[in-house]
Parts: sequence; structure tokens; C-alpha cells
Amino acid sequence: MSVQGKLTLLCDAKTDGSFLVHHFLSFYLKANCKVCLVALIQSFSHYNIVGQKLGVSLTAARERGQLVVLEGLKSGVDVFFRPREEPHPLQFLREANAGDLQPLYAFVRDALQPVDSGEAAWRCPVLLVDDLSVLLSLGVGPVAVLDFVHYCRATVCQEWKGNVVCLVHDSGDTEDEESDVLLNGLSHQSHLILRAEGLATGFCKDVHGQLRILWRRPLQPTTHRDRSLTYQYKIQDKSVSFFAKGMSPAVL
Amino acid sequence: MAVAGTSGTGTRSTGSMVAAASTNNVTSFQRRGPRASGADSGCSRLVSIAGTRRSVRNGQLLVSTGLPALDQFLGGGLAVGTVLLIEEDKYNIYSPLLFNYFLAEGIVSGHALLVASAKEDPADILQKLPAPLIDHSYKKECDEDICGHKMESDIKMKIAWRYQLFPKMEGRPVLSSGFGHDYDISKRIPQELIETSKWHGFFLPEKISSTFNVESCSLTSGYMKLLQFIQNIIYEEGFDGSNPQKKQKNILRIGIQNLGSPLWGDDICCAENCDASHSLTKFLYILRALLRTSLSACIITVPTHLIQNKAVIARVTNLSDTVVGLESFIGSEKETNPLYKDYHGLIHIRQIPRLNNLIYDISDVKDLAFKLKKKLFTIEVRENFYV
Repeated sequence: MSVQGKLTLLCDAKTDGSFLVHHFLSFYLKANCKVCLVALIQSFSHYNIVGQKLGVSLTAARERGQLVVLEGLKSGVDVFFRPREEPHPLQFLREANAGDLQPLYAFVRDALQPVDSGEAAWRCPVLLVDDLSVLLSLGVGPVAVLDFVHYCRATVCQEWKGNVVCLVHDSGDTEDEESDVLLNGLSHQSHLILRAEGLATGFCKDVHGQLRILWRRPLQPTTHRDRSLTYQYKIQDKSVSFFAKGMSPAVL
Repeated sequence: MAVAGTSGTGTRSTGSMVAAASTNNVTSFQRRGPRASGADSGCSRLVSIAGTRRSVRNGQLLVSTGLPALDQFLGGGLAVGTVLLIEEDKYNIYSPLLFNYFLAEGIVSGHALLVASAKEDPADILQKLPAPLIDHSYKKECDEDICGHKMESDIKMKIAWRYQLFPKMEGRPVLSSGFGHDYDISKRIPQELIETSKWHGFFLPEKISSTFNVESCSLTSGYMKLLQFIQNIIYEEGFDGSNPQKKQKNILRIGIQNLGSPLWGDDICCAENCDASHSLTKFLYILRALLRTSLSACIITVPTHLIQNKAVIARVTNLSDTVVGLESFIGSEKETNPLYKDYHGLIHIRQIPRLNNLIYDISDVKDLAFKLKKKLFTIEVRENFYV
């Protein structure tokens, strides 16, 4: 695995970029990595069913210890209606002023901690978050979210040579300051940015959107060495097909 | 499609609906195997509940919105476990109709109802629901002006500078199908139907007067109480699968009116930089969590035209599954525009969920207009002229 210790940022603007999350989830599971999925907006069965179409079984992965899932919705209901004393990764849901995401970070750290035992060693640990923007809607400040990502990077990427992949929404022209702060902050830290955009001309049946890929070297002063590529894509039932701009099979 | 094969009778009681459910036969169109519905009910067998059907595309369990025409544009119906957000039209004339259709469909299908409002007593809301159309005489009337095509077989868009006018999307006059019914909005629902139905009401002025300490969790107290009420009903009545000994599974239809309006104690409609800015979004998140883990479907109407903060509207949209906006022509310059003279407003389908799927069912047709006739609310594809 050539890419290690990297932060990949998935971003969508005026479209739904969740297909990228499903892709990375199945990709890393097939690559035999240990994966922690923080699933904040959809239920586990949703990822499981899509995963089956992409050729992985999330339930099997979970059973053999390769996959740890935090189901935001299910445990959110738990912590909201039946509060307990012990810290819970989603305890910010109960707080009037959501503080920081320290308990959530602790959950991730415990889930991906490399275990020195005789068991089959997984390849690098991977943290997958779907998605970070919903944390803003739940009252967590953008700085707290950036801190959380920073902590995760320090541990998962630098210490354990793993990868972190997060999805955020680009709020576009809705003047969402918090979202802009979060997106800009993450963009500066990322090595790879995948940005799914709806087409400027509107909805099209054969081309669902455009994917911009940007390779970066974060925190480097010179940005002109960034490479970027743009593809257009069409999402199908079990896969996504990519093609160069204007080369959709529907057009040719 | 699994259709309840009952012989049509004038009034339906929940009893006959239960009988109908048990005769739901598994046709060859239904897929076997562990297909979870949108709700994480933990039950992987095929669930056959009255008033529901499985999506052809992915086996998702669907309920009807009460308007078969709208069902078709939403990919067959509303998925169980999801939220349908209706962006209210400016004077809140047409959104209550969609709200009422949803509830009426629940009564006719034998589903349980939970009606929440800060403005109107739920008992009064139920009294005003439209009457289901089961009689034959009206069917004959309708047949004259409906072309009897089915939508599926007739989609043939010419690639031209002008759309064809599709057959009108009024609900096909179905007499005894278990999914999707027609209603006569000029008549009230029969009293006995309401009485035999199982419904729970949440009227905010009543609930807010009881003084017990509830943690705010940054939600307005109205939202907090409503969430606890909903969670309580779901748990007590076993919609989350917590009472496995309950014989017959049923759907809980939740309807919440004017969410976000000042009547709920929320100020997002009043100010651009509001204090309780996370109240509504947190509410929607917990609501989504409750829905995904139970056999329920929810309709909420929100006066988005009053929300000044665009970021909040975007967040509210992201936290809902299906979003339909209503734009009425009343008072706007479109009222006198000859292009729109046959209609009362436009319907914008802003978002459709991708559940258990990479793709979703989306109709190619995007320009929808509605018209309120004496007995029906109809949805049509708007004829476009590109000169």
C-alpha cells in the first residue's frame, strides 16, 4: 500500500458524494486494513447493503474484528434518551453547549489501537467519517471538529501510519460560515482532495457529476506543485464509471 | 407488486385491514432474502404490513403519501424510516393538504398515527381529513377526463424543444388496492374511521403547561417534549421491535406541522442570527435516529420561506430524506402569467434519498405543477415552451 499516513478529504458540492464513502470503505476492507467507520447519518444496514453490491460484507468484517462501526443514529438515541454517567462518544448530543469531541476521539483511538498479539495482523488502520458536516448541525463548533481531525491524524496517520478519510459538504453560496471554516481548514491539512460536483448545467441522466481530484502536499508553502485531474462520472447500481469530460458513452 | 386482494367495501376498519395483510401473497416480483428495510428493525424476513409495498428497485419498504401521483415522482412512495419534508407554500394553503392526505392514507391503511401541532388540536386536524373515495360513481366521472395510461408504459420524451403533455397524474381510481388511495377533499372523513383508528396527539399548548424539569440539551423545550413523546410511543407500542410478542406489525405515521415556526418556541424564522440555531437541526437528527430504528414514516411541514438564514435551510434539507417544496402562485407575478394559468402552483422535488443504494429512482421529469380542484389535488407535468 503506497499511500499511508495520509488524510483524504471527500467533498461534495450540490450533489451527493456518499458514493465516494462507499468506495473507500469497500476498498480498504478488501485491502485487509483495519477500519473504523464513524457512521453519523445513515444506519449500518445502509452501508452493509451497498457494500454487498460492491463486493464486501460489512457484517462479516465486523464479526472478524476488521471493522468497528460507530452508528451515530442508533447510539445517538441511546445517549439522548437514556443518559449514563460514563463518557460516551456522542455525549455532545446531550450537552447544551457542545464542547469538544474528546470522547469521540477516544473511541476512535481505542477502536484502531494496534494489538500486539498473535492474531492475523491487519494492514494499516483506517478511519472513515461520514460525515463531518453533520457535527456542525449538532452544535459542535468548526474549531472543535478541526481539533478532532487533528488529533485523529496525529494518532492514526503519524503514529500508526494509517489513513483518515472524511466527507464534508461544501455549502456553496448558502453563506454557512462554520461550514466554510471547516472545509478550508481541512483542505489545508489534506493530501488528497476528491471533490464531487453537480454539473453546472443541471441534472443529467447520463452524467451525474464531475469529480475533481487534487493531490496536495499540505502545509507546504508552494502550492503550484499540486496536481489535479477532472473526470465526469455516472453512478450505476454496483459501480461508478468514470470518463473524461465530454466523453460520456451517451454522447459519443 | 404485492396488492392486498380484498373485495372493496364502503368503510374500512382496522380489522379488515389486518385480514388483508395476511392475504398479501408473495409474488414473483418480491425478492427473498435478508433485505432490510430503511428501518433497522432487525427483522430480515419479508414484512407484509397493510398499506405498504416493496420498492421494485431495491426492496425498500414503502408507504404511500396519500397522493398516488406524488408517490410516483418520489420513486414509488415514501420509504419507511425516513422523513418527508414539505417546504410550506407562502400562505400555508396547500401544504396542509399534503399533510392531511398523508394522515388520511394512514387511517385508511390501518396505520397508527401520531399528530403533532403547536397551532391546532390534533383531534380537530383529524376531523378535517379528506374522505376516501371508494364509490363507483365518482370513478366513472374521473374516467372521462383521465387518459387511462399508466405512467410506466407511457414515458416517451421526444428529444425536442417542447415536452409533451403527459397524462394527468391524478391518482388512478383504485378501488381495493392496499397501497395508495384517492380522496375527496370536499368531504370529511367518516367519523367511524377515525374512531376505529389508533392515533396519538401532541398539542404543544397542552404539553407545555406541565411543569417538570427537562434538560435543555440545546433544544427548545417544545422540541424536547415532542421527541420524548415520540420515543415513548415508539417504545410503548413496539414500533422499534421491542415487543416481539406483539402479533401484527404496523406502521406509525408521524405528522408534525409548522416545525420551526415561532409557535414551537423556535426563533429561526424570526432572526437571521438566532439563539436556538441548532435546536431544529438537532431535533431533526434525533428524529431521523428514531425513525431509522423503527417502523415509522414521518411528514413534517416547515415554513422555509420564513427562514432567513440560508445555511439553516441547507442544513435542514441535508437532515431530511425526501424534500418537496411547494410554491403557490397566489400573490406572485406568476398568477397573471398566461403560462401558468391552468395551475395553482409548482412542486419542486428538491431531494430524494439514496437508501441502501448507490443510485436512486429519479424520474426524468422535473417540472411539476399542481392544481387544486373541487375534489382533488392534482399534479401535472408542466408543458414547457422553449422558443
